Amino acid sequence: MITAPVNHIIPQSCVDGPGNRSVVFFQGCNFNCRYCHNPETIHQCQNCGLCVAGCPTGALSTENGLVSWQEELCVGCDSCLRACPHGSSPRVSMLSTDQVMARVAENMPFIRGITVSGGECSLYHAFVAELFTKARALGLGTLMDSNGSYDFSADPQLLALCDGVMLDGKAFDPQAHLALTDASNQMVLQNAVFLARQNKLQELRTVVALGLPNEETVVGFARLLAPHLTRGDVLYKLIRYRASGVRTCYSAQLATPPMAEMERLRGLRLFKHQHCIRKKPLLPKALAFGGSGFFMGWERSACETAGGSDRWRF
Amino acid sequence: MNTLNAREAETLRIVKDTTLTHEQAMMKLSKLAEQYVHVFPLPEDFQRLVETRQICDLGEGFVPYAPRYILPDYEKLLESGCKFLRLDPPTNLFEAISALEIFYHHVPSVTHFPVFIGKLDKLLDRFITDENEAEAKVLIKSFLRHIDRTIDDSFCHANIGPEATRAGKLILEAELELQDAIPGLTLLYDPEITPDDFATDCVRTALRCAKPSFADHKTYSQQYTGDYGIASCYNALPIGGGSYSLTRMLLKNVAVDAHDKQDFFARSLPHAVAVMCEFMDSKVKFLVEEASFFRSNFLITEGFVDPDRFTAMFGVVGLCECVNLLMEKQGIEGRFGHSDIADQLGVEVMEALEALVAAHENPYCKAFGNRFVLHAQVGIDSDFDTSPGARIAIGEEPPLYDHLKQAGLYHRFFPSGVGDIFPFDTTAARNPESILDIIKGALKVGLRYFSTYSSDSDVIRITGYLVKRSDIEKLDAGTPVSQDTVVLGLGSVKNGHVLERKVRSL
Repeated sequence: MITAPVNHIIPQSCVDGPGNRSVVFFQGCNFNCRYCHNPETIHQCQNCGLCVAGCPTGALSTENGLVSWQEELCVGCDSCLRACPHGSSPRVSMLSTDQVMARVAENMPFIRGITVSGGECSLYHAFVAELFTKARALGLGTLMDSNGSYDFSADPQLLALCDGVMLDGKAFDPQAHLALTDASNQMVLQNAVFLARQNKLQELRTVVALGLPNEETVVGFARLLAPHLTRGDVLYKLIRYRASGVRTCYSAQLATPPMAEMERLRGLRLFKHQHCIRKKPLLPKALAFGGSGFFMGWERSACETAGGSDRWRF
Repeated sequence: MNTLNAREAETLRIVKDTTLTHEQAMMKLSKLAEQYVHVFPLPEDFQRLVETRQICDLGEGFVPYAPRYILPDYEKLLESGCKFLRLDPPTNLFEAISALEIFYHHVPSVTHFPVFIGKLDKLLDRFITDENEAEAKVLIKSFLRHIDRTIDDSFCHANIGPEATRAGKLILEAELELQDAIPGLTLLYDPEITPDDFATDCVRTALRCAKPSFADHKTYSQQYTGDYGIASCYNALPIGGGSYSLTRMLLKNVAVDAHDKQDFFARSLPHAVAVMCEFMDSKVKFLVEEASFFRSNFLITEGFVDPDRFTAMFGVVGLCECVNLLMEKQGIEGRFGHSDIADQLGVEVMEALEALVAAHENPYCKAFGNRFVLHAQVGIDSDFDTSPGARIAIGEEPPLYDHLKQAGLYHRFFPSGVGDIFPFDTTAARNPESILDIIKGALKVGLRYFSTYSSDSDVIRITGYLVKRSDIEKLDAGTPVSQDTVVLGLGSVKNGHVLERKVRSL
């Protein structure tokens, strides 16, 4: 039986793919993004026990050298996260796909699908494939929210079970990516093209922060993808950096960009045929996108976006 | 104070009230008269049940002279015109709108304003073409503004759907721009007929101005012969007919009257139902047999309504508090919305009530098999510790999916209307497709009527009707406002904690 460390499952989300979805957050990530706003999901628990004494409700204990967490006692005060020297969390459960599906099925029929996120979901690709098989059997959609470090081209079975990948384009420049995440972006760029060509690129996302080469990233990804967008819409979401949750050792390096900077990036003219729809009509007629291999237009729909992000549509 | 002095004092209070408009004062004065004349016999023990607030006649008074809810056949107006009003069948959008505006003025109701103004998209769409669409938008917007400013009561309700139409889209656009409380609006929603993009537009509009609501078209379209409409708050009734009356039972107070659960089911509830049915029989008989409406009103004589398409509504309020009290009386832990035992008891109460009401025959209620039809009444402004219909109390709402599944247990008991309200925060409001997913799920778990608005809308749903928050603030500061429902809204905000309703995140 395959199991995976699950940080938490949210029953409803409107910001993790189209429609209302349940989201499974795994524990563990192979990137170390400076702007990560839930850094406690990066590393696995070392069972050092330093968090146990600080728990005000006795939800944490040590048994046989392992830290154990009782969910029903937890009040979510996060004192364990603050006490953890390893960038981890004791509030993680090893779950089977059946256990995850049991939790997800409680949310039917109010959701159209599930999204796996992280941490980094692709670290648990075999688990995800099994989970997606079971989700599809219930008629649910399947999306991955990934940092793009996994070679999707080598896993056609997973890709066949996955409706699409929401890919992070954290930085286009290799050095900038390495500095931001401690990891190479070679596979990310390869995946961006591969997924776009397979019509599995659900969404590309870039976090915009002062201190990062934002314009270079946006322009780079746009140019990289443009020749490959032959199969329809892809959403490019620009997310405004916010310091909440970011580790203090990194928070000084980055700052929230002013809205004017978001506006400027949105207004970049990258292609001869690009047109920017400045204001989305309240009730737009269907807009025709895609099919031509370059930007037909990009739609600015701030009124539709989640949590302060901006979206473009290729 | 003797009765005469009390009447004089009440009359004086009305004419001196600086928060009332002329029209509101006039209507209040007319209501006074309806309280003082008793023209039909009252059942034995009726007075006690009213005094202990087990039964409430919703201020209908004791001299009914028009049905409470009328749903005229507006198609007939468009097809054949109206002799009494000297209206020919309209030939274009301008004439159609003008004919409707004129006609509305002559449709009575308990509030003296029309509670159903038609399936507006269907009525108007035939007059809209590619060529006149821009002009149509201007006309529809001014039509809706006219309705808001002249029909000063948000129990006025329009319907759209289930098909997407050009007129339907223009109505949504106009409502977004107008931000008015009136008219209330319902999408007759069938996911198999209504395209997702139109339904999403409806959600998007609802999140900015609290309308439209979503009615389960598939279910509602099967419960009366012929066409139906959603009138007033969310009342599903036959078009070309309506409801004579709405009397309501305050279930909690029936439970107060009972020694225990057994006594509630064996004595208090059947007794209260019997008295209320007898009261309704008596009132309906007078209205049909003696008042002039069913003999001489042009709506009847020209066939805009048919006496055979009427019934009367048996309203229910406070199931939540009734169940909680019966649980307490049994010494069992658990509250309505949070305990399977309590929720099951709620089903038991409704099943008992349904059987009792179905056992009572009334010859005038031909639209519903000679039976009164159950209705989840939304409460009135002075209600205290009484949740609307079968809703969970504000302040005790469980998580969203649990709440929807719980509400789904009860909606099936109320053929003539029931509904729940789920406000969303602004993040969710930016993602209307997610909310449409939830509405689709809600219909699947048994909800028949779903309303929403966003945490920052000005127009909000009070219990069943809409009010602008900004109008409530004005009235609270002593400034008159034209719409009488604002007065009710202010009361419900103070007594019913409407602004404390749980706002949902996604």
